[in-house]
Amino acid sequence: MDRTLTALTLFEKIWHAHRIDGRPGGGHMVAIDRVFLHERTGGLALQGLEQAGRKVRDPARVFCTIDHIVDTFPGRGDQTRMPGGEAFITSTREAAHAAGIRLFDIGEPDQGIVHVVSPEQGIALPGLTLVCPDSHTGTVGGLGALGWGIGSSEAEHALATGTLVVDEPMTMRVCFDGHLAPGVTAKDMILALIGAHSASGGVGYVVEFSGQAVRELDIEARMTLCNMAVEFGAFSGLVAPDEKTLDYVKGRAYAPGGQDWDAAVAHWQSLVTDPDARFDREIRIDAGQISPRITWGTSPQHAIGIDECVPDPAKENNVRTRQAMERALAYMELRPGQALAGQRIDGAFIGSCTNARLSDLRRAAELLRGRQVAKGVRAICVPGSSQVKAAAEAEGLDKLFIEAGFEWRESGCSMCFFAGGESFGAGDRVVTSTNRNFENRQGPGTRSHLASPATVAASAVAGCITDPRSLSSDQRT
Amino acid sequence: MNEPFRCHQGIAAPLYRINVDTDAVIPSREMKRVSREGLGDGLFANWRYADPATRQPNPDFVLNRKPWQQATILLAGVNFGCGSSREHAVWALKDFGFRAIIAPSFGSIFHGNCVRNGVVPVTLADDTVAALAQAEQNDPGRLITVDLENLCVIDSDGNQHPFSIGEDARTMLLEGLDPIAMTLTKDALIEEFLERDRRERPWVYL
Ligand code: SF4
Repeated sequence: MDRTLTALTLFEKIWHAHRIDGRPGGGHMVAIDRVFLHERTGGLALQGLEQAGRKVRDPARVFCTIDHIVDTFPGRGDQTRMPGGEAFITSTREAAHAAGIRLFDIGEPDQGIVHVVSPEQGIALPGLTLVCPDSHTGTVGGLGALGWGIGSSEAEHALATGTLVVDEPMTMRVCFDGHLAPGVTAKDMILALIGAHSASGGVGYVVEFSGQAVRELDIEARMTLCNMAVEFGAFSGLVAPDEKTLDYVKGRAYAPGGQDWDAAVAHWQSLVTDPDARFDREIRIDAGQISPRITWGTSPQHAIGIDECVPDPAKENNVRTRQAMERALAYMELRPGQALAGQRIDGAFIGSCTNARLSDLRRAAELLRGRQVAKGVRAICVPGSSQVKAAAEAEGLDKLFIEAGFEWRESGCSMCFFAGGESFGAGDRVVTSTNRNFENRQGPGTRSHLASPATVAASAVAGCITDPRSLSSDQRT
Repeated sequence: MNEPFRCHQGIAAPLYRINVDTDAVIPSREMKRVSREGLGDGLFANWRYADPATRQPNPDFVLNRKPWQQATILLAGVNFGCGSSREHAVWALKDFGFRAIIAPSFGSIFHGNCVRNGVVPVTLADDTVAALAQAEQNDPGRLITVDLENLCVIDSDGNQHPFSIGEDARTMLLEGLDPIAMTLTKDALIEEFLERDRRERPWVYL
């Protein structure tokens, strides 16, 4: 069946609008509307291009930020704790300037984590394609933009040609029916999906998140959902744009204005899945049944309800899955059947492109108001962007964090991943609002438990893994 | 642009081990610089240097011995280039001077990365590669020819060993095109798209 003639999904509408060439079953040449670079690979891609005697085809649609290895301590500069890190920063800066690319540099008010900056600036817009040499580029799906992560040669390809050659992914719809319970957030939704359908459940698919509970999420929460589509193995994640999306986008630095705005809105309003459109796969989840989630192991699929017990590998039939569970338990120093709630922690981290936007910080700060981080817990908050940091400070959130005993940092990826610089200690148990709990991800030997910012804040205060609902009588929903 | 590859004759170094992964081709710590240049120095660092830190060479390693220091063709074992997707592995081989790698099979991402960078991955039967490697050991410096136009390898005795490679990959290698250059051959299509798209979605263009 030629689906171009029939009802279309949101993804297919975006894909068809960008397809320049390609045969069915083969690679498609698709137009890339925005490329975003960062200092870990951006300098290399731009250098590679220059050495090949090529130019960035349309520098006005290419952007770059310094986020991955830059220090997040107050008063930071180009010096970083990552060995050799400074060269990545300075070479990326030089290359970006030489190529005429807008750089969100250290010390600028708009600097921040790439996937926080691109929506914030209106660089990511509904219906656009956006690529970046970073696997969490799908975050912008929260706006209805199609973003995905690429390698360094592919980045050069996109820079030089304004296109990429990609195999068309299959389509999946994940429908969250009903309403979320109080105290449950988008992070809990995505961890529930991955926990139930595995970290490879989405391989080969682009996932559209839909249903009542998704419609009710604000835009920032939709970005959290799409951010972790890649942890589900998906090519990308998408949420159809709606009135909330338009309100979010309007007036942003690179968003259209005037007549363009009206034309854009008319186009964006067509970006919904047609009622008769067919998906290659569909999953339905009752949102009302989701409780706050936390991971016990070393894959995002090791996610359970915070009031549940660590599963028993002996009950797992698949040998390889069982072995992975056993390895994870050993690394995390946990036993089957053990309750996670009440496990003592050494660290609490609120940050990353998953959960460090203003709404995330507000939820955490609300729980911290008038409370103290438990003794022996190192608690850190790293805002997702310098704009988020400024906005949080304008409403006094920084004081709530600092008074509670959190470190309040400059924006960057920070301890979302270990690049050789700062880390939590070996064996430290950390509750974290980030997206990957892989072995050594946050530092050699560090044990990471993924959770929502509310759960991180509640756990920091209690000194052990704690259900945020047990702590607060005035929860937000 | 990569250098076009039509027919190449050179010294072939025998490194006939199975499952040589890209970590072995270039260890992580050798990838610290912000560059794809100069990586040849870190090629096979764990094997090539008795002490990688001081760069004290390991005299037994094939690439430290005459005449293989001058090798431009590598005779490798099954599943060469498996493991991590790091493109640095090909950059390092290329920087050292390799233009073709002959092996019974390749890691698939590595195979693609070779083509992308103008290094020819030649697949021959295991027995054939083993025999070529043995002949090199017995009589170092025998020249091998990789003829991509005629899709065959010619050993120093004049024996021909035909091989096959994907049509797109062959075109890319013969013309010295990389994927970017391949895409740019369709520049007219891209321009046509952009012209229409600028009218339809003007807000995309900043
Ligand atoms: S915060 Fe973490 S996941 Fe997000 S872009 Fe940075 S390193 Fe990647």
